[in-house]
Amino acid sequence: MSTTWDDLVTTALLGTDRRPVSPGALLDEAALRTVQRRAALLPAAPRPLPEAAPEDVRPPLPEAARRRLALLLAERAAGPGGSGRRGGPDLTELLPQWLAAANDHGYRAPADLLPGLLDAARARSDLRPGALALGGPKALWLARLNPQWRYALRDAPASSAAPAATDAGEDVEQVWQEGLFAERVALLTSLRRRDPAAARELLATTWDRERAEDRLMFLDSLRDGLSPADEPFLEGALTDRGRTVRAAAAELLSALPASALAGRMAERARACVALDRTGGRPTVVVEAPHECDAGMRRDGVVAKPPAGRGERSWWLGQLVEAAPLGIWCERLGVAGAAEAVALPVADGWRPDLHAAWCRAAVRQEDAEWSRALLGPAASPPEPTGASWLDPAKLLSALPPAERAGWVAEFIAAHGLSEAFRLLGVCTVPWAKPLGRAVVDALDTAREAGGYPWSFSGVMGMAERCLDPDQADLLEALTVLPAGPGHDGAGHGAAGYWAEAYQRLIGTLRLRATMRRELADGSGPNAKGGRRQRERGPQTA
Amino acid sequence: MGPSTVGDMNPQGERWTAERVLELAPDAASRTAGAKLATPGPWSGAGARRGAVWGECAGSGGWPYRTVVDLAGPGFHCSCPSRKSPCKHALGLLLSWSEGPGAVPEGAPPDWAAQWLGKRREQEAAGSGAAASGPSRGPADPEAARRRAIRRARRIAAGASELERRLADLLRSGLASADAASYGRWEETAARMVDAQAPGLAARVRELASVAGSGSPARRTTRLLEECALLHTLNQGFLRLAELPEPLAATVRTRVGITPDAASLLASAPLVRDRWLVLAQRDADDGRLVTRRVWLRGRETGRMALLLSYGAAGRVPELSLPVGLALDAELAFHPSARPLRAALGTRHAAPAPVPGPPPGGDAEEALRAYGEALRDDPWLEGWPVVLSGVVPVPGRDGGDWQLADADGRSALPVAPGGDESALWRLTAISGGRPVRVFGECGHRGFTPLLAWAPEPVAL
Repeated sequence: MSTTWDDLVTTALLGTDRRPVSPGALLDEAALRTVQRRAALLPAAPRPLPEAAPEDVRPPLPEAARRRLALLLAERAAGPGGSGRRGGPDLTELLPQWLAAANDHGYRAPADLLPGLLDAARARSDLRPGALALGGPKALWLARLNPQWRYALRDAPASSAAPAATDAGEDVEQVWQEGLFAERVALLTSLRRRDPAAARELLATTWDRERAEDRLMFLDSLRDGLSPADEPFLEGALTDRGRTVRAAAAELLSALPASALAGRMAERARACVALDRTGGRPTVVVEAPHECDAGMRRDGVVAKPPAGRGERSWWLGQLVEAAPLGIWCERLGVAGAAEAVALPVADGWRPDLHAAWCRAAVRQEDAEWSRALLGPAASPPEPTGASWLDPAKLLSALPPAERAGWVAEFIAAHGLSEAFRLLGVCTVPWAKPLGRAVVDALDTAREAGGYPWSFSGVMGMAERCLDPDQADLLEALTVLPAGPGHDGAGHGAAGYWAEAYQRLIGTLRLRATMRRELADGSGPNAKGGRRQRERGPQTA
Repeated sequence: MGPSTVGDMNPQGERWTAERVLELAPDAASRTAGAKLATPGPWSGAGARRGAVWGECAGSGGWPYRTVVDLAGPGFHCSCPSRKSPCKHALGLLLSWSEGPGAVPEGAPPDWAAQWLGKRREQEAAGSGAAASGPSRGPADPEAARRRAIRRARRIAAGASELERRLADLLRSGLASADAASYGRWEETAARMVDAQAPGLAARVRELASVAGSGSPARRTTRLLEECALLHTLNQGFLRLAELPEPLAATVRTRVGITPDAASLLASAPLVRDRWLVLAQRDADDGRLVTRRVWLRGRETGRMALLLSYGAAGRVPELSLPVGLALDAELAFHPSARPLRAALGTRHAAPAPVPGPPPGGDAEEALRAYGEALRDDPWLEGWPVVLSGVVPVPGRDGGDWQLADADGRSALPVAPGGDESALWRLTAISGGRPVRVFGECGHRGFTPLLAWAPEPVAL
């Protein structure tokens, strides 16, 4: 009879026809060995254990909020679409604001939901800041164990990533020297967030050896945390071999009003724009540059205009755009931006000049100039040349409340058709007057016989952005049919509106519930954190 | 003995948690769809009373769907055309109800709901009445039943003999010939075992077929030989049933697929009353049938138990128990040399939390528990155990996971082919520190099913 398991396997493989054993006897013996082996299994030698995760001392989520997060994550994992948008809200769209609210409360994520959270943020990078903040140090600990979550180590908020990076100074150097491009960009970005000077210095060590398109990308990561300390490095980049790199460096420098480049641009812009008081009414006169000299080119001015654009107006625009807005009051002899914007401009230069001011206001994040250039929200749109005005961009330089007020007035005056982008720059939840204006405008559209899908963009945004407290207002304003199913005549516009409102109200109520669940932190059912003792060092 | 259904258990006043509701969902899509309907928007006339919940849900058509749920059971009824049960409307309704009385207030059921509930309770009363009188009444015709049993035993014996011939042929020509191409023939053999009323044998043959078609050649041969050998032993056991001691004979009968139905088991076997902690609930769908396994552990007796329930054609098995809560109930164990599988009898109280997790052991003790169980039932694939403190060690490229003892001296390999997301959840819960885990420990490794964080979390 066979003696070892391997003998049995060999016999079984080749067949008993070639061996002096019956199939029955072979199987009997094999069964005996199998059960013997299974019954005598011994533990394996363990591989090195992972280090213990840092303790997260933040309070745990309230029970209802924990369930809500599980549901939101399950919804995301199940994917969009499914049963369509009818009836219920698209929960995935609510995840970002849920995360923001939970982080405002300072909760930590439940451990068992961390993998789901990391998966969600892996698929949607806009979720990363919120998800990683909620996940805290434990999420990063987990991400180090699973290559699929490596992104978290790059995108983590500065505070939680810091310990990982400080103990790995050599790692930084190594990744920077040997890493893939994406890894290097990520490294630079996260280092810049923590220590702007260190990031700039790291970049400087290899700057001359980088390829032009890489230099452009790296330069872009300096936008974060830009300060006068960056000026010498950026000045150096003005003489870069690559045209786009030069332009990018110039743009960054022009955002530093005290920089030498900004000063040179101010000088040039001043030479082109003046106030003429000789006529009855003071008028701005513009003398666009006649040439684009080497100095201008070195400071990032692009000499060749796009097709259909005159050279001189093209150069002028770039000079004014890069000059600090602060110079104009003195230059034009006015007290503020509003007066400057109100001045007449001679010879049809107004669109060029104002467009450049707009770009400068956005780049320099100047609220006063943005406000002046926006003008009153209710005023009729510019009949001609309005294309240079980008209200959405200008709005982002205004304080949130003022922004919402301006958009509310705009909607009251002009309706919703042009409002989508403007609404997109307003803070969530929408301020009361803004919400009111949107609801009123929707109602006006309904009364005018419109269909809700003409406003599906605004509707979807309203679901996410209206203050949940305004659900009551909405319910009072919108006269719904007696109830679902009784809308005998409900397949006209009225029925669709009823359905759309119902959905909107349903989502608002859900958001209110979510908010309550998060606020309900100190109830008697709030669970205590894990109370496990620290383990000793893991040396087996 | 009282009626064995939950019909007389009084669930009123006890609102389920959203998790408990979602566990009823037949699939992920239903979960999502149900969650979307868990807002007041589409519902009208929703209400709850005495263990029932109902409501009308605005659908795409002109008429709302009428949904009613009997929490006992639970049972579902909806006028929607979905073949899933529970449908998304029932799930959405229950989720709304789980949030509190705000969304679904107490009230009297409308006629359409009352009618269905009434009919259902009548049927249940009739059914449980029959069950209650079962033991005294016995089968309608004991002689006919005996003849049927003998006929079935003969068929199974014929099936087992055929299998023996098939195995002998295979071994004579060698396992090298049993490649993926022979899969179809195994399927055919499995079908014949079903005809022979031996579902246990059929399942083993299918397992054999799947082994034959997978894995590295060396590993495959070993697994094939193991499976063939154990199948051969089972065949022989059944063919010589009369020579076996009764506990082992009972085990063989169960393994072959002759299992008593729950009602007669509850009527004949000794009942074990305990507070049964629900440790895990897992569904396996083989395309034909959904098999739900519910693992329980008795708080007083320390016994492990396994409840099985089935759902055909994509339906969810009826039985659903809340993981982490304990059930004061009676169980009847299937006769076996190593009893594990059981039928659920009278429930004396609604599921309730219990203080503290059950005791557990280390890696070595877990393997020993499996080894000892094998002494009684050599066909066991695994045995349910609690590990008192293990650290999950992630594998490379999704394989090779381990659960290491807290002292870092020994480890259990994790059974391959499981759900990796469950392992990551376990890792997150552990945070690199020892964690208490329940699961099945078998020859393929350990399959974690529940962790204590310290509150129980299903994996």
